[in-house]
Amino acid sequence: MPTTESKSLPGQHIELGKNGKLRLDCGVELGPFPLAYQTYGELNADKSNAILICHALTGDQFVAETHPVTGKAGWWDQMVGPGKPMDTDRYFIICANVIGGCLGTVGPKETDPATGKPYGLNFPVITIADMVRAQRMLIDHLGIDQLFAVIGGSMGAMQVLDWAARYPERVFAAIPVAGAARHSAQNIAFHEVGRQAIMADPDWHGGDYLSHSTNPRRGLAVARMAAHITYLSETALHRKFGRNLQDRETLTFGFDADFQVESYLRHQGITFVERFDANSYLYITRAMDYFDLAAEFGSLPAAFENTPVRFCLVSFTSDWLFPTPESRAVVHALNAVAANVSFVEIDSDKGHDAFLLDEPEFRDVLGGFLNGCAEHKGLNR
Amino acid sequence: MISGSTPSIRVDLQLIADMVEPSSRVLDVGCGDGALLQHLWKTKGVDGRGIELSQAGVNACVRNGLSAIQGDADTDLKDYPSDAFDYVILSQTLQATRNPQIVLDHMARIGRRSIISFPNFGYWRVRMSLAWNGRMPVTDNLPHKWYDTPNIHFCTIRDFVDLSHEMNLHVERGLALNGKGRPMGVTATSALANIMAEQAVFLLRRG
Repeated sequence: MPTTESKSLPGQHIELGKNGKLRLDCGVELGPFPLAYQTYGELNADKSNAILICHALTGDQFVAETHPVTGKAGWWDQMVGPGKPMDTDRYFIICANVIGGCLGTVGPKETDPATGKPYGLNFPVITIADMVRAQRMLIDHLGIDQLFAVIGGSMGAMQVLDWAARYPERVFAAIPVAGAARHSAQNIAFHEVGRQAIMADPDWHGGDYLSHSTNPRRGLAVARMAAHITYLSETALHRKFGRNLQDRETLTFGFDADFQVESYLRHQGITFVERFDANSYLYITRAMDYFDLAAEFGSLPAAFENTPVRFCLVSFTSDWLFPTPESRAVVHALNAVAANVSFVEIDSDKGHDAFLLDEPEFRDVLGGFLNGCAEHKGLNR
Repeated sequence: MISGSTPSIRVDLQLIADMVEPSSRVLDVGCGDGALLQHLWKTKGVDGRGIELSQAGVNACVRNGLSAIQGDADTDLKDYPSDAFDYVILSQTLQATRNPQIVLDHMARIGRRSIISFPNFGYWRVRMSLAWNGRMPVTDNLPHKWYDTPNIHFCTIRDFVDLSHEMNLHVERGLALNGKGRPMGVTATSALANIMAEQAVFLLRRG
């Protein structure tokens, strides 16, 4: 989306790392750097009602409003708002674009102050922990000592787990949804397919496409198409498309999109490139691949030793990208340190994407868990 | 939602709740939809967790603001560290476990005290059913046929007490209950209780 000027996007923008840079896992010190975020609801007087939402790989800070680029509803519109599980009449909701992203926070398409040109591949490789460290700088800036809750799905769940492990005293409740404590070999493999598709596009120019006024649209679209399959389930695909043909009566004996499912994927790919930056896709998928909480802390239980955080893990039965055993492994580790943990598996045939869709059981569980936490924390209505 | 008035709970659950000290840490194994945990939180400020086999039960707990995970008494208690709880509760579930002794052993390890309730197979009607009808007993409290019952390890009160002694678990309290779950006014360890009681509740402590 090189056509969109990040600074013209709605929402809040701040410069972080002015006093003390952000030291990244790769060793590079970043700062000052821009970070874009969005808030909903009001922060209460003692700043105890803040919920931080961590977005997924291709998500962004526009959680519950019309998206400024796509014009579509916010990606968690059904979860955030007055009377919804994350009730904006009660909670103060924060969502920041991750570092490495492409909607206003520093990332490969932003200008490198050292050269005056876009970072491109000169942007340092970032990790999930780096994203969380940047978010913590934002929370410090907002003067919030303890977040009431940190919640996120998929890559967002990775950030939630990292938050709870790294800053347990700053988190009252943690809700990792459809996530894992490490990225599996299969998931790294799918990401590599996506990255290779981008890098194989001649318009990528070694990552320097902005200088060449091009955009590796085809590569990024293919990456999105492959990834999109992993977000669904065979049942969901079959129910939606079956072997139905696209606007034709018979097979064409060619390579046009004969099948509806092909047409659908092509559409997903084409629309994605309008809102996402190819290099950001490389960097953020890499951050997910590198995520392994047990490796960093010695073991998974060690990551949560003596944690005061109340956890609620959620998985979906048909999710094969982040299947239930991944959540269960985290639950076992939390049990081993006698942490306060809840775990629900939601029956759904919609695959990984179920966490973004309207699943009444998920909505009820989330609302109930947050209510219970509010009562335990003594959060007034 | 956990705010609101205190719900009334089954009589046998109330007896279990009466054994729990306020503000203690409780693990309820086989917590169902969380009725006991909710009662303990509302009336005694107990920090409770539940394990429940059925996902529907777990989801109901979490919907109501209680902490619960899907799990199995036979396989999942080993994950918990020793002395993590003040009480571990197993209500009407012991007879459905594959290895009751290992379950009791883990309970005693994880919690300072264990509370166990179970149907008494020494109850006279059960004995009569077998003696006179020559059939496996089916009662109001044990409604399953032999081929579809989840209850695979029945015991009498006397059997239970013997096992407790063998495992060096001290009986702090034992209540003999009638079919409605009401206490009968005899101690559970008496010979009369083993015949007259339909259920029993025991509070055990490591010896």
